[in-house]
Amino acid sequence: MMRASDTSRRGPLVAFMVKEVQHILRDRQTLTILILMPLLQVLLFGYALRTDIQDIRVAVVDPSPDYATLAFRNRLGATDRFRIVDVLPDASRLETLFRRNEADVGVELAPRFGTRLARGEPAGIQLIADASDPNGGTTMAAYVNAVIDDFAAQMGASRGAVHIALDTRMRFNPTLASVNLFVPGLIALVITLVSALMTAISLSREKERGTLESLLVSPLRPWQIIVGKVLPYLALGLTIVLLVLAAAWGVFRVPFRGSLALLLGEALLYTLVSLALGVLIAARTSSQRSAMLGALVGTMMPNALLSGMIFPIASMPAWLRLVTYIVPARWFIVIARGVMLEGVGVANLWVETAVLVLMTVVLLVAAVRSFDARLA
Amino acid sequence: MRTLRFLLRKEYRQIVRDRMMLAQILIMPVIQLLLLANAATFEVTRARLYTVDLDHTVTSRALIDRLVSSGRFELAGSSASMALADAAMLDRRAGVIARIPRDFERNLMRVDAAPVQLILDAKDGAAAAVTRSYASAIVTDYAAELGAARAGGEALALGAPAVAMPHVEVRSRAWYNPELDYQDYMVPGILVELITIAGTLLTAVNITREKEIGTLDQLNVTPVTRAQFIAGKLIPLWSIALVEFGVGLAVAAVVFHVPMRGSVALVVGVAAVYLVAALGIGLWVSTIAGTQQQAMFITFFLMLIYLLMSGLFTPLRSMPAWAQWIAHLNPVMYFVRIMRDVLMKGAGPSDIAPDVGILIVYGAVVFTLAVRQYAKRSA
Amino acid sequence: MTQPPNDEPAIRVHELTRRFGSFTAVRAISFEVARGEVFGFLGANGAGKTTAIKMLTGLLLPTSGDARVAGFDVYRETESIRRHIGYMSQRFSLYEDLTVRENIELYGGIYGLSDERIATRSTELIEGLGLREARDTLVVSIPLGWKQKLAFSVAVIHDPAVVFLDEPTSGVDPITRRQFWEMIYTAAARGITVFVTTHYMDEAEYCDRVSIMVDGGIAALGTPSELKRQYGVAAIDDVFVRLARPAA
Repeated sequence: MMRASDTSRRGPLVAFMVKEVQHILRDRQTLTILILMPLLQVLLFGYALRTDIQDIRVAVVDPSPDYATLAFRNRLGATDRFRIVDVLPDASRLETLFRRNEADVGVELAPRFGTRLARGEPAGIQLIADASDPNGGTTMAAYVNAVIDDFAAQMGASRGAVHIALDTRMRFNPTLASVNLFVPGLIALVITLVSALMTAISLSREKERGTLESLLVSPLRPWQIIVGKVLPYLALGLTIVLLVLAAAWGVFRVPFRGSLALLLGEALLYTLVSLALGVLIAARTSSQRSAMLGALVGTMMPNALLSGMIFPIASMPAWLRLVTYIVPARWFIVIARGVMLEGVGVANLWVETAVLVLMTVVLLVAAVRSFDARLA
Repeated sequence: MRTLRFLLRKEYRQIVRDRMMLAQILIMPVIQLLLLANAATFEVTRARLYTVDLDHTVTSRALIDRLVSSGRFELAGSSASMALADAAMLDRRAGVIARIPRDFERNLMRVDAAPVQLILDAKDGAAAAVTRSYASAIVTDYAAELGAARAGGEALALGAPAVAMPHVEVRSRAWYNPELDYQDYMVPGILVELITIAGTLLTAVNITREKEIGTLDQLNVTPVTRAQFIAGKLIPLWSIALVEFGVGLAVAAVVFHVPMRGSVALVVGVAAVYLVAALGIGLWVSTIAGTQQQAMFITFFLMLIYLLMSGLFTPLRSMPAWAQWIAHLNPVMYFVRIMRDVLMKGAGPSDIAPDVGILIVYGAVVFTLAVRQYAKRSA
Repeated sequence: MTQPPNDEPAIRVHELTRRFGSFTAVRAISFEVARGEVFGFLGANGAGKTTAIKMLTGLLLPTSGDARVAGFDVYRETESIRRHIGYMSQRFSLYEDLTVRENIELYGGIYGLSDERIATRSTELIEGLGLREARDTLVVSIPLGWKQKLAFSVAVIHDPAVVFLDEPTSGVDPITRRQFWEMIYTAAARGITVFVTTHYMDEAEYCDRVSIMVDGGIAALGTPSELKRQYGVAAIDDVFVRLARPAA
């Protein structure tokens, strides 16, 4: 007798899940975008989005050209990184060049430069960087300074007779590829998108259409409805994550130094947090549109902006750093980066894992309770 | 035209009564701006430095002191063990390890050269590069100091006057952003992002919603022409996005003290032109989306590409040639550039004329294509 | 009242066909509707009724065949058709976030009525429907039966030659349905041709003539009495059952 009632309860649940899967598969547009979007992001970050500065356009102000200034201009022009776009007699046009985005750096050589050098008088070079982009400005200035150093050495001029050789090693990411940093964040984003956003919309749509009520009248219990709704999205999310990882590793050799099992386990944990959030939002909103808005503000926005995915948390002001502590994605990204780029194990990540577990428990309880209350 | 007047009246009435849309229009952008402006920074603040000083001399300690007192580095620990340093890095307690080998001072005295090893946590490659630049500048300055002191000292020791050697004096200027404030650089671009998303998303979802509910069919059967319908939808949304832009500018100026060196009127004018393109894209999305959810997803997908390839977050000129070429087809790129040029550098109409021209062409083309795509009847 | 130019029937359809890929939704249907007639377009769900209406109202291009509505050709003169017809869709399609009065004004304006005419018609409609107290209420808040009647009134606000009603009485109680049909008769008496689709077979009795669509084609066409006589049954319902399941 137990057997019969078990199958009769599993029957509707499975049927329900099948319907949900069909629904997902039929919405070709959304499905295509869900898969294409992260893959495209990986491609962009791998191939197109870089931060190293190439092709610096220099405008040289040379009031009195002579052997020294010509030597300097040649050295500058001969360096791959630079391109001399204009040689001006004075600095008056420099500002226009900057305003029109036609030059990145201006180098102003003092009048009678060569003579001064020969006489041992200070020969001035004024370096003007377009520092609208602060990092860019700093980096460009550093590169120009390096050329000036070489030039000074060539001229036998001093910039210092002592030389401290700085031997730098970039750890975890020798090529400074931004894609390595980005892929863990992308995994979090995909999970959030599918598990939180889509679940919220799907549940609220059923609520709006009234089909949810007919489900409740069926033999399915509320928690079964949630599970049945949520499992297909969980499977979908994890599938896309695997796709992203495959693409990142296959195309860009993004390192995977740690244990795949650990990453997937933590991903599963993070998925649960997102699912709980999605259900909570659906339960607390009254229409599909408000569920969409709520999911956007409550899950996607923090994930994109405050999780450290794109913008480093260390750069944020202190109060904002505090806010990031309640963003689940933030914790997962630390874990994912640790596993993928550093190759560490749970021992180094237990704090973050514990936080995620705590969030899962709290949110799940809140979600189930919210759901029951709304409909009972 | 009279019909248009009726349609506009209907749209504005609906918008005012739609509390969710009002929230989206008034509150969301402000919140997003506040959050983004604070979050969207790649500024490299102090790196946590772990030192392994195997020399223990005046010189080595002075070097460390130079690093820390520059404000760019913060001492996170020190020991004589690389293993401990390594652990600190793995634990994320330190982002940079500086290792000064034995005989550092002696080598400097004897042969005027000595190495120092720097290990950086380069998971964030861009930040690591900038940190390296800072460290390099500090070390070079220190070396120059040592050299100058040496030259002076030697001269005194020999009892001869200091020889006038040829030397180059370099002065550095950072224009437009002397404080190196990232907000000045990012906020103008964030404003562009906000109204782009707002304009395109609102348009796409709004029209798709009419499709979903069925009022679109109702209108399609009336004498309302395609042009009237589109104008009736887009004009209110365009005006809203423009108002949002104004509000955003005000917040940028008052709260973030973003410089407004150029003409604000000019920037608003360009925004008005730019929005035609942005809304046109939203219109186009509404013709291919069947449900509001699809409209939202498609818009996000497109906006993602537009924003990433616009030079907003990563420098345009760092992209490979083919990517830059694509970016030149992107209206967002032009508007972001115009915003930065006008607000930060004080560019005027003649400076930005070519970019504005392109925006106008873009708007006209996108709009025409979208209108043509939107047919009142399916064939 | 706007009438078609010459002495044509209100609607003339000849071998009208619509295919979607390999699926034929409407299969060479032909019929005519006279002016002022109340014509019932019946059929089961999925028989092709909505597709046919979409072709007649210019929302869908036919694959082949001819049709003229209010004297205008559905291929080339759709803009003229739209000026001379009214339409009430299945979901009533009133703007729920506008008031009763605002909806009336909107459609009046869209159909080109002058401001004075809009004011006159507005008062007529509101008084006629007994909606005076509700005139500044958002449509979302008024009961379904009133919404339905309002939607119909708005559809004929400009005295069109033909009004198309797509399942106008879905989900409405029988008493309200009867009142609705009285409105239809009043409109027909004014000379407006009423083309109504429904799957309530009892409403067929209210029409001057009916056609019954089965699987994309017209299986029966005539007055209710004619059809009942032809099939030897007492109600149109039974005619339909005979047609839909010939084996039975």
